[in-house]
Order: sequence, then structure tokens, then C-alpha cells
Amino acid sequence: MGERTKVLEVDDVTLRFGGLTALDSVSLHIDEGEILGMIGPNGAGKTTAFNVITGVYRPTSGQVRFLGDPLTGLKRHAITKRGIARTFQNIRLFGAMTALENVLVGTDVHHSAGVVSALFRTPRHRREEAEGHEAAMELLEFMGLASRADELASNLPYGDQRRLEIARAMATGPRLLCLDEPAAGFNPQEKAQLMDLIRRVRDRGFTVLLIEHDMRLVMGVTDRIVVLEFGKKIADGTPAEIRDDPAVIAAYLGVDEDAS
Amino acid sequence: MGPVRTALDAMARRWAGMPRGARVALVVLLAAFFYVLPLVRPPVVTTQQIDFGGVMFGIAAFALVAVGLNIVIGYAGLLDLGYVGFYAVGAYTTGVLTSYQFHWSFFAALPVAIVVTMITGVLLGAPTLRVRGDYLAIVTLGFGEIIRLAVTNVEWVGAAAGIKDIPHPPNIGPDPEPPFGTGGLFTIPSLSWDGLVPSVDTGRETPFLVFGAVSAIPYYWLVLTVLILVLVADRLVKDSRVGRAWEATREDEDAAELMGVPTFRFKLLAFALGAAIGGLSGALYASSQGGYINPQSFPLLLSILFVAAVIVGGAGNRWGAVLGGALVAYLPERFREFSDFRLLVFGLALMILPVYRPQGLLPPRRTIRARAAQEEIDELEGRESAQKEVL
Repeated sequence: MGERTKVLEVDDVTLRFGGLTALDSVSLHIDEGEILGMIGPNGAGKTTAFNVITGVYRPTSGQVRFLGDPLTGLKRHAITKRGIARTFQNIRLFGAMTALENVLVGTDVHHSAGVVSALFRTPRHRREEAEGHEAAMELLEFMGLASRADELASNLPYGDQRRLEIARAMATGPRLLCLDEPAAGFNPQEKAQLMDLIRRVRDRGFTVLLIEHDMRLVMGVTDRIVVLEFGKKIADGTPAEIRDDPAVIAAYLGVDEDAS
Repeated sequence: MGPVRTALDAMARRWAGMPRGARVALVVLLAAFFYVLPLVRPPVVTTQQIDFGGVMFGIAAFALVAVGLNIVIGYAGLLDLGYVGFYAVGAYTTGVLTSYQFHWSFFAALPVAIVVTMITGVLLGAPTLRVRGDYLAIVTLGFGEIIRLAVTNVEWVGAAAGIKDIPHPPNIGPDPEPPFGTGGLFTIPSLSWDGLVPSVDTGRETPFLVFGAVSAIPYYWLVLTVLILVLVADRLVKDSRVGRAWEATREDEDAAELMGVPTFRFKLLAFALGAAIGGLSGALYASSQGGYINPQSFPLLLSILFVAAVIVGGAGNRWGAVLGGALVAYLPERFREFSDFRLLVFGLALMILPVYRPQGLLPPRRTIRARAAQEEIDELEGRESAQKEVL
């Protein structure tokens, strides 16, 4: 197998908030078509790393390159248009809009019809609406939410809201899909279904960055795992390698003092 | 209030369930009804102590303003407390162009007034839309006052004395020849009522179509026509990528941004379009029957009433805005017999309404549906807990 395209490269990134170093010269990359897991104990800097990748935070030093180009200076919405989409740890849907409308907002990233097009119902407006509608319904179908398309997002059950967030992010047509603890609040059965779903998302050609707490979920679904602790990367490898890594075991289980 | 609320909700639900053709027919009928309303002068509804045509003009004008402000507050979720500023800019642009400095015709000045107000909206929005929520409310509040103080002190726009003799819109048909020639293509009599028995009142005729001192009804027809056009435009824009972007921004600005919505640009757009409609209303107001504006025509209170109209009607629903605007303009006129107490009654009504109907008289479909779902959940939970008790 030849060298795969690197979708994202994080190059020696440090991020400080005042005196606190949230990320300490972290380097990592994501290959096209893989599911990369990012794990670490609470406060390890997972969400911070995630926010640097998606452009919410600017690194203090170092560089994030997406498809070879640095992301510095781009507005957050422009980064999404370039091809990075995300979900949120605490669900942040547009509650007063329907499930379908939520996904349509995602598809609108690549649309350009404005007020004048809308007023005169120009061919471009019609074409974009039709395309968006079709793509959005297809995604809802894929997520098993098609029957709920016209329900308000805030009225959906918790699990459906999680899936709707993923659908909304996928609708932007990202080259990199970032999922921030998508299994939070799920029971084991729902987690298993989610793992299956994430694999199917990857099989549709998406590259996935998965932040997750649940070790079993991460081990089961990812191709490669990056482990963070106290803002530093302490391991990077396949699930099997990570499982046996002494540093990871220490970070997760603590050093067992009684046994010594 | 309970039955009223249920009736309104039932109406809204039945409306949503009707086929498209029936809805269009109903809207056309409703529009026709409103065109003839000031001629029919139905008992109870008609104001007795003040010209009903003039009141209807005020209602339509207020509804138009509320529809414009609804874009800003209801769709994009930006609390604008200085909307009267845009209203004033539109009115003053018209006054200056048609009377005080130049002598343009009304329809030449109207588009310029709209564009000038729109630019004002962008100029105000560009620096201020970076702040959110309460701060935006304070900044816009200041804007309304700045405009009022500016026109009070600038000689070029009439200063404290204001601008008079603003020309009316051009007539259709011959101009009136006082004292007896009413002008217009023909005249339309009104009805008068003796109890429930109508009769034709030839003493109260409306020349078609003369914008003069005889009848306020032609001004009303003009504003009503503009209102209908704006409502159509509002619907077309709301039901598009633009409307979705506004709603997403209102719901969660950060999430919208991260889903690729250039939120700042869309907020600015909402501000500019809202301002344009405010300016349009202002221009119509300036050239209305009185043809006179001065700084006192644009007090802070008017901004508050505009916001009240949107909130009382149901922010986010264009028909709610129309209804809210109509009520805010109509109630004080209808209850003139209470003389000084009428504002007290009006204030009480504004206080009672939100208590019983916090989402407004006609909330957008989303709140209706959300509440229906909540009631369903409550019912299910109630049943569950009842079952538990039985067990």
C-alpha cells in the first residue's frame, strides 16, 4: 500500500491560556480514509486539540495544515467550507428548526443563492434547494431519521439528536469529519450501534477524527489512536499497540502503588 | 384567555393543514376584505371619535414596520431597540428630497429613501453586530436617540421645526379642484350603520385615487399594497438559504458559524433588510395626509412600541407581526373614549398579553409544535406516574 494523502497535519502545536499550557508541542497527522481516535484522561487536552484543528482556537505556536495548506487566518465558517466539519460534545443543534432544516444548513455551505435569487426564485435558487433537499433527505435516511425529518430538533430523543448532529456535519461534505465524544450518554447497546454507524460513515469515504472516552469503543472502531495526557502526546499507534503501551496504561489506570 | 389561546392555536393548526389552493384563495379574500374595510365601516370595530380611514392607515403602517422589525428580532434574533432611527432616516430622506432641499416627486424619492436607510443599517450594523444580546440592545437604543438628536440640531434637515409640505403620492385621474371638485376617476361612497342596518353614506366619499385632505383611505390602500408586497418578499426570502442561515444564527451562533454559516454577514443582511423596510415605512409616513415631520415624531417610545408589536404578535411569525402591529396601533385609537386612561388600558393589555401568551398571539409554527410535543410528553409522563401509583 502506497503513501496515503495526509488530510491533516498538526505540526508542533503549542497552545497557552495565560499561564496554562493546554497543548504542549503536539504533532500528529490524519491519513485520508482512516478513523483516528484521540483519547486521554479528563483534562488531557482532547477537546482543546479538537478546537485547534477546527479553527476555534489559534495555536500559540506551531501550525495546522489541512490538505497541505495552513489554516491560519481563515474564519471559522471558511474552514468548514474548506472541508472540516464537527459535532459537539454537548449537543448543539438548532433546536427550533426541523431535523431536515438542520441538515439543510449543512448543505448550504456550498450554496451561494442570496436574497435576490430567493426573491426571484432564480434557476440557481431552485437547483440549490433541490440538490440540498435531496442530499439532506439521503443523509437522514442513512442515519435512520427520515421519518423524523419534519420534527423539531429539540423534540427528538437524545440518540436521534446525536445522529442528527453527525448528519448535519456530514452534509457540509467534509474531507475530515470530527466527532467530539459522540457516544456520551449512550448505553452499551447504543454504543455498539454507533460504532457500526461510524464504520459505515468511513465506508462512504469520510475521514474521521474521533474523540472518545470509552476505551472499548475507541479500540473497536479506530484504525489508529493518538493518546494525550496533560497536553502532551504520549502515544500514537494501532489499537493493539496502544493497548500494550505502558505509558498509556499508567495514564489511564494510574501506577498501582499497592502492587509494588 | 384560555379559550382565546386554544382558538388561535386551532386556527393556526387548521391553516397549516389546508391545501395550497385553499390557502391562496383565503389570503386573497382576506386581502380584499381589508381593502374595503374602511369603506364598510362595520359597527363596533370602527372608531367613532377619530377618522377610521386614518386609523386604518396607522394600522397598516405599524404592521409594515413590525414586519420589517420581525426580520431583525424574530428571524435573526437581534434585539434592536432603535428601530425608530431607521424610520426617521426614511422619513427625513423623503422630506429633504421632496420638499426641504429639493423638489423630487414622491416615487423618485422613495427608492432613494430605502437605499439610504439600508446603507444606514449597514453602517450601524458593521461595527455593532460584533456584540451580542443585551449589548446590541443598548447600542441600538443609543442609535435611535442619536438620529433624533441629530435631526433636531441640523439646520439642513429642518432642525427642531421639522419639515412641512411634504408632497403626497401622485393622484390617479384629475386633481381635486376645491371647493367642490373631488377629483379622481370616480368616487366611492362609504357605508354608515344604524345599529345593524347599513345605508350608503354619500356624505363620506373617497375619490379614486386622490391623495388629498378629503379622505385618508387612498393612503391606507397604498400602505396596504406595500405591506402585501413586503409580506410576499418576506416569505420568499425566509423560505431559502438566507432564512435558514438567520434561524441557525439565532438558535446557536457558534454552532452556525462552525457549520459554515458566515453569521456576521447574515446578521448584517438582516439588519440592512430590516432597516430598508423601516425606511420604506418612514417614507410613507412622511408623505401621508399630514405631510409634516419633526423630531418629536420619532421618540424612543415609538421604538419600544415597535418591539412590543413584534413580541405581542409572536416574534418569528410574519402574521404575528402584522397582528401585533395592528393591535398596537388600533387599541389606543379604539378606546379614545377613555381619553387619558386609554394609554393605561393599552399598557395593561400589553402586560396581560405576555403573561397569558408568552410566545405572542400567533407564535411561529415551531413553538406551536414544540408545545404540542411537550403536552404529549407531559401526558405520557402523567400516565406513567399514575401507573406507578397504581402499582
